[in-house]
Amino acid sequence: MVEFTLWDILRNLALALRWTVALSLIAFIGGGLVGGALLCLRLALGRKTGRLIATYVGLFQGTPLLMQLFLAYFGLALLGIEVSAWTAAALALTLYTSAYLVEIWRGCVEAVPRGQWEAARSLAMSFGEQLRHVILPQAMRLAIAPTVGFLVQVIKGTALASVIGFVELTKAGGMIANASFQPFLVFGCVALFYFALCFPVSLIAQHLERKPHGRAA
Amino acid sequence: MAALPDITDSQTPAVPRVPIVRITALRKSYGDNEVLKGIDLDVMRGEVIALIGKSGSGKSTLLRCINGLEQFQDGSLTVAGKPLLHESAMAMRALRQQVGMIFQSFNLFPHLSVGRNVMLAPTLVKQRTAKEAAEQARALLARVGLAEKFDAMPDQLSGGQQQRVAIARALAMEPQVLLCDEITSALDPELVGEVLRVVESLADEGMTLLMVTHEMNFARKVADRVIFMHQGRVHEMGAPAEIFGSPRTAELRQFLKSLDD
Repeated sequence: MVEFTLWDILRNLALALRWTVALSLIAFIGGGLVGGALLCLRLALGRKTGRLIATYVGLFQGTPLLMQLFLAYFGLALLGIEVSAWTAAALALTLYTSAYLVEIWRGCVEAVPRGQWEAARSLAMSFGEQLRHVILPQAMRLAIAPTVGFLVQVIKGTALASVIGFVELTKAGGMIANASFQPFLVFGCVALFYFALCFPVSLIAQHLERKPHGRAA
Repeated sequence: MAALPDITDSQTPAVPRVPIVRITALRKSYGDNEVLKGIDLDVMRGEVIALIGKSGSGKSTLLRCINGLEQFQDGSLTVAGKPLLHESAMAMRALRQQVGMIFQSFNLFPHLSVGRNVMLAPTLVKQRTAKEAAEQARALLARVGLAEKFDAMPDQLSGGQQQRVAIARALAMEPQVLLCDEITSALDPELVGEVLRVVESLADEGMTLLMVTHEMNFARKVADRVIFMHQGRVHEMGAPAEIFGSPRTAELRQFLKSLDD
């Protein structure tokens, strides 16, 4: 049997942490892009598209992320599309994140007073100009705090990718625990790693929330 | 001499005497609730019109129809001879360059400085360079007495100052007609005067103005024509002296009386 020192445990977990961070970033950036595109579609194309996107959001918010990961991994394989654990995890987390972000951001756009749209329209700006120069800059300022707050959910959500064999922090913890017979110590360390990642992000979100809205930085 | 057409005879021969805004049989409803029940109104170039009436009489809605913020179901509306077409984004963009609007709640863009508020639309819509737009903005801000506020943020200004910036912002698009929707109603009483003085100077310079207002003294002083709206119709219309001096209908008498209470 291999002896595991605390250092070995920490070192291996730290190596696996890279993949948790990488997956979080992919999910967040991909989800942000997809979410942003959906938001623009919803704003530009009106009610019918809105309902379609609401269905999309409902689907992803109404099912466990775990199921979404299973479906992305095994479901695509059933359809004959070979996907790695990486691709499946990135895909599922991207879609999951986009569904939440589009809702958060829609709320922020709606929080911009109607008078701002009307003033911009009265100045003969096109819809795109209204959105880009008047509405989105204000909505973005409102969106920063809840968006950063949601990032914490995404980071913790990546732990579920372990069930499809993706070796990130949780999966690595499980493997080390099995080999070292020290599950409490190992998973305690895993928890500390997550905390070290998420807590600063929460602090940033709280700090941003306390900042008065609508002020120039 | 008498046979000569009116145009050559008038004092300003270059300007044909056609209405700048022509509203014909305009009807608008929200669901089953008809709020404008057939409005006919011609506004001449340079005319100052005050719209008065109880809240819910349709005066603000009528104003908002003129630049397409509200859609109407029936009737027609032309500005400078061009009909208002809701379906055509191009036509609306052209129309809105003719018609400026100032709101009760100012609606300045809070994320932009005062100068940028004024510059934004001319640079986007009229493709002015930043330099031209900045020069124009400075000139307009000076005109409304806020030359030194170019770099201030809107929330650093008083309500009266914000509303004057909103006027400068609307003027930057060089509109033919300016719509004022209760522009002093959100102001503290001591700030009303500074805004009204700017509006009065615009009227003196020949700007076509349509204003919904509760400032009866101002309407009496500045307006060429006062329109009393009641239950979605133009109930009474005339020179300020007639409307305020000798109201013909019981509704107008009652409305004017209610203001004194």
